[in-house]
Amino acid sequence: MTSSPVTRTSADTARAAVEVRLEGLSRHYGPVVALDHLDLTLQPGELIALLGPSGCGKTTTLRLLAGLEDADTGRITVGGRDLTRVSAAKRDMGMVFQAYSLFPHMTVRQNVAFGLRLRKVSAAQRDKRAIEMLDLVGLSTQADRYPHQLSGGQQQRVALARALAIEPQVLLLDEPLSALDAKVRAQLRDEIRRIQLDVGITTLFVTHDQEEALAIADRVGVMREGRLEQLAPPTEVYSRPATSFVAEFVGLSNRLAGEVRGGEVIVRGCKLPLVERDTPDGQVVALVRPEAVSLASNAPESEAGSGPLTGTVIAITFLGATSRVTVDLGDTRVMAQLPTSEASALTAGSRVVLAIRPDPVLVSAGADPAAAAAGEEA
Amino acid sequence: MAAVTALSETPAAESAGRPRGMQARRRRRLNLFRYVVFTVFGLFFLVPLLAMARFSLEGATLGTWSLTAWKQIASYQGTGVPPLISSIEITLELAVITCAVMLVLLVPTMIWVRLRVRWLARTMEFLCLLPLTIPAIALVVGLGQIYNRLQHFSLSALMLFWVYVILALPYAYQALSAGLSAIDVETLSEAARSLGASWFTVMMRVIAPNMRQAILNALLLTASLVLGEFTIAFLLLYNNLQVELYSISRNTPNAGVLFSTSLAALLLTFVLLLILSYAGRRRRGRG
Amino acid sequence: MAVAATTETGARPARAGRRLSAPAWVGTVPFLGYVAIFLLWPTGIVVVDALKNPNGAWAFSNITELGNPLVRGYFIGSFKLCLLSSLLGAVFGAILAYAVASGDPDGTVRRLYLAVSGVLAQFGGVTLAFAFLVVIGPVGLLFHASWFYSFPWGITVIYAYFQIPLMVLVFLPAIDGLKVQWREASENLGASAWQYWRHVGGPLLAPAFLGGTLLLFANALSAFATIWAWENQIAYIVPQQISIALSSEVGLSNVNVADLLALGMVIMVAIVMTGYALLQRRAARWLR
Repeated sequence: MTSSPVTRTSADTARAAVEVRLEGLSRHYGPVVALDHLDLTLQPGELIALLGPSGCGKTTTLRLLAGLEDADTGRITVGGRDLTRVSAAKRDMGMVFQAYSLFPHMTVRQNVAFGLRLRKVSAAQRDKRAIEMLDLVGLSTQADRYPHQLSGGQQQRVALARALAIEPQVLLLDEPLSALDAKVRAQLRDEIRRIQLDVGITTLFVTHDQEEALAIADRVGVMREGRLEQLAPPTEVYSRPATSFVAEFVGLSNRLAGEVRGGEVIVRGCKLPLVERDTPDGQVVALVRPEAVSLASNAPESEAGSGPLTGTVIAITFLGATSRVTVDLGDTRVMAQLPTSEASALTAGSRVVLAIRPDPVLVSAGADPAAAAAGEEA
Repeated sequence: MAAVTALSETPAAESAGRPRGMQARRRRRLNLFRYVVFTVFGLFFLVPLLAMARFSLEGATLGTWSLTAWKQIASYQGTGVPPLISSIEITLELAVITCAVMLVLLVPTMIWVRLRVRWLARTMEFLCLLPLTIPAIALVVGLGQIYNRLQHFSLSALMLFWVYVILALPYAYQALSAGLSAIDVETLSEAARSLGASWFTVMMRVIAPNMRQAILNALLLTASLVLGEFTIAFLLLYNNLQVELYSISRNTPNAGVLFSTSLAALLLTFVLLLILSYAGRRRRGRG
Repeated sequence: MAVAATTETGARPARAGRRLSAPAWVGTVPFLGYVAIFLLWPTGIVVVDALKNPNGAWAFSNITELGNPLVRGYFIGSFKLCLLSSLLGAVFGAILAYAVASGDPDGTVRRLYLAVSGVLAQFGGVTLAFAFLVVIGPVGLLFHASWFYSFPWGITVIYAYFQIPLMVLVFLPAIDGLKVQWREASENLGASAWQYWRHVGGPLLAPAFLGGTLLLFANALSAFATIWAWENQIAYIVPQQISIALSSEVGLSNVNVADLLALGMVIMVAIVMTGYALLQRRAARWLR
C-alpha cells in the first residue's frame, strides 16, 4: 500500500482514502450475543474480509458499520469522524447486498444514477457518471435494460456500480457472491478486487467462503461467536492459524498425536517446528496441513513395512490439479494433498510411505486427536 | 427490537450508543403509527357491530337486557313467512353443497391444468375471474331462463348452488392459485410418477394434501359468500337466510332476532377464519 | 380429505399401459361445461336480448337507449357512488394494510385483522344495512346525521365498511412483496423515508394500488343488496333499476330494459376488470 493511499472513485477526483475504526462494538438480540466488544481497524485503502460460519457476527459488523442497525455499545469512526450516532443515509458508504437489491422498476442506468439523483446532481452529470461507473464494471451496453433482464452476476456488477457512483468513502459488501454460480463467482471476485484496487477505496467484505476471503483480501478476519479469532494477511491465517478454530475453518487439517520436546514437536517420527516456540513439553495434538504431507520415495515393501508413516491408501479424490489421498496408517488416518500426476500412480490398497514437510504447526494440549469436537473437514 | 440489559455496558466506551439508536427511534415511530391506525379503524369497524350486539341483547323494555333475540334464532316465526330456522338450515345446506361441488369441480381441474394442460391456464384464469366482472344482478337477468328449466327438477332453494359455485369461483380460484404456486408441483408430480403413481394418485395423494391450507381457505371463502348472498336468491324468488332476514325487516324493522342472527353468522365466519390462520402457520413452522 | 367423485375424474387418469387414453384436456370438460352453462350462457342471453326488440327482432339501436338521459342518470349515479367509495376505500385500506404489514408476520394483530377483513369484505348486503340502521337510523345510537341520508354520502360510508377490508386483502400481498433490501439500499444511498416512498416504494406499489382501486370500483358497482335494504337511496343507481325493471309487471318491454341496463353494467365492469388484470400483471412481476 502506498504511504498516502488515495480513493479515486471518478476520473477527476481523488481523495485521501479513509481509515475505519470500530471500537468495542457490541450487539445482542435478547439473550443472544451477536457481537462481543469487537475492535477492528481498516487501514486506508485496505480490503478486509470477514470470514466465519453463520451466526459468527460478520454480517452484524457490516450492518452496524452501515448504520442499518444500532450498536448497543461501542464507537465507529470513519476518516476521523464519529459516525456512531449518524443515520445510515448520511454515512457516505456504498453497500452491495447479497441479492435483490436493484430497484426493479428502474433501468440499470437509473439504478446507478439513483444516489446522485438524491443528491440533486444535474441530469447530464448523472448520466455521465452512471455511464462511467457502468464502464468500470463492464456493463455500459446494458444501461437501458431492466434488472430482471440481467443475469445474477450482471446484477451484482450493477449493484457495485451503483454503490460506487455516489463516491463513498467506504465500500461494504455483504456476501455479494453467495447467490451466484461457482464460475461466475470466481470471475466476479477477481473483478471486484481489481476495481477495489483501482479505485483505492477502504472496503469491508463479508463472506463465509474461505477461498474468496483468501483470494482477495489484504487481511482476513476470522470470526466466531461475535469475536475476532484472528486478523492477519491470508497467508498468515492459512499457515500460522492463531487458534484451532481458525486452523479448522480455513483449509483442512490433519489431527495427529505428537509430543513436544524442546521447542519442537515429534509427530510420527518427524521433527516439526512449532508456531509457538515456547509450548511446554508434553503430549499434544498437532494440526498438519494435507499439502505438507507427501509421498516419501517408494521404498520396497520389505524395508518400509512398519514405519510410523507407512500405510494403505483408502481413497483418492480427484480435485483437478491436485488430488487428495486418504491413507490409513493403522491407528489413524491422514489426508495428503498431492499433484495429480503423483497421485495417479496410486490405487486404493497401495502401500505408501509418507513424509511431512517441516512447516511450523499449531498444537493444542491433549493426547487424543479424536476427542476434539470439530470434525476433520472445515 | 432487542431488550437491552446492562450486561454489555462498558464504562470505557465514550460515545457509547445507547439502545435508543436511529433504528430504534424509527421503530418506535412506526409502532405509534400502527397503534393509532388500529385504534381508529378498530373503532370504525366495531361501532356498528357493537350497536348490533346491543340491539340483539335488548330486553322488552328499554334499558333491560335479555337473551331473547339469541334464543329466538331457533324458534322465530314472522307472520306469513316460514320460520327463520328453516332458512338458516337451507343456507347452511347450501353452503355445504356449494363447497362440496367447488371441491370436486375446481380443485382437481386446477391441479390437472397445472400438471398436464398448461395451455389452458390463461383461459381458466380468465373464466374464473369472469364472475367478478359480471355483476350478480346482471347475471340474474340471464339466469332467469335457465332457472325456469331447472325448476322442472326441483323447486327447492337448494338449486341455488348451481349459481353459487360460479359466484364463488373468483375467490376460490385466488386462494387455490396461491396455494399451488407455493409448492413445486412439477417436481412433486415427477417424483411420484417415477415411483409409479397414476395421475389420479398424484393429484389426490401428493398435490392436494400439500395444498390443504389453500383448499380450506377457498372453501371458507365460498361458505362465507353463500352465507351472505342476497341478490340472486332475492331476484329469483328463493328464500335463503339473507332474503328471510330482509322480509322480517320489512315487517318488523327492529326485531332483535335480525341482529342476533346476523351477528351469529359473522362470528361464525370470523372464528373459522381465525382458526384457519393458526392451523396453517403451525404446520409451516415445523417444516 | 374428501374423495373426488369418480364420475367427474374418470376421464383424467391415463393409466399406464392403456393405449386408448383420452387427450389431457378432456379432464377439464366437466369444469368448462359447468362454466359454460351457468356463466357464459346467461351472459350471452343478457347481451343478445339487450340488442333485441320485445318481439324478438334484432334492434341494435337499443344501444342508443343507453344515451337516454334517465338511463344516463342512473349510470352516472352508480359511477359517482362507486368512484367515491372505491377511492376512499383504496386510500384508507392501503393505510390499514401498511399498518398490518409492518408488524410481526406471525403475530396476533395481523391474524386478527386479516380474519376481520375476510369476514367484512363479504359483509355486504342486508346485514350491513341493518348495522348502520341501528347506528344512524331513526332509532339509532348516534344522533341523526342528516347528511347521511343524502346520496351518495351515507351510502358511501356504508360501502367503506366492506371496501376497506377488501382493499386490505388485495393490497397486503403487494406490501409484503416490498423487499427489505430495497429499503436498506435506498437508505444506504442516502434516501430519507420520504424519498424512499417517492422514488421506490410508491412507484412499486402503484400498480397494485390502482388495481385494488379498480377492483373496489367493480365491487361497488355490483353491490345491490346493501342499497336495496337501505331504502332511502333506492332510485339512484343502476342495480335498483334493473331490479325494478325485472319485478315490474308492465309488459315485455321491461325485460329488454333490464337486459340493456345489465349490458351497460357488464361493459362498465369489463373495462374496469381488464384494467385491473393488466395492472396486476405488472405488480406481480416486480413484487413476486
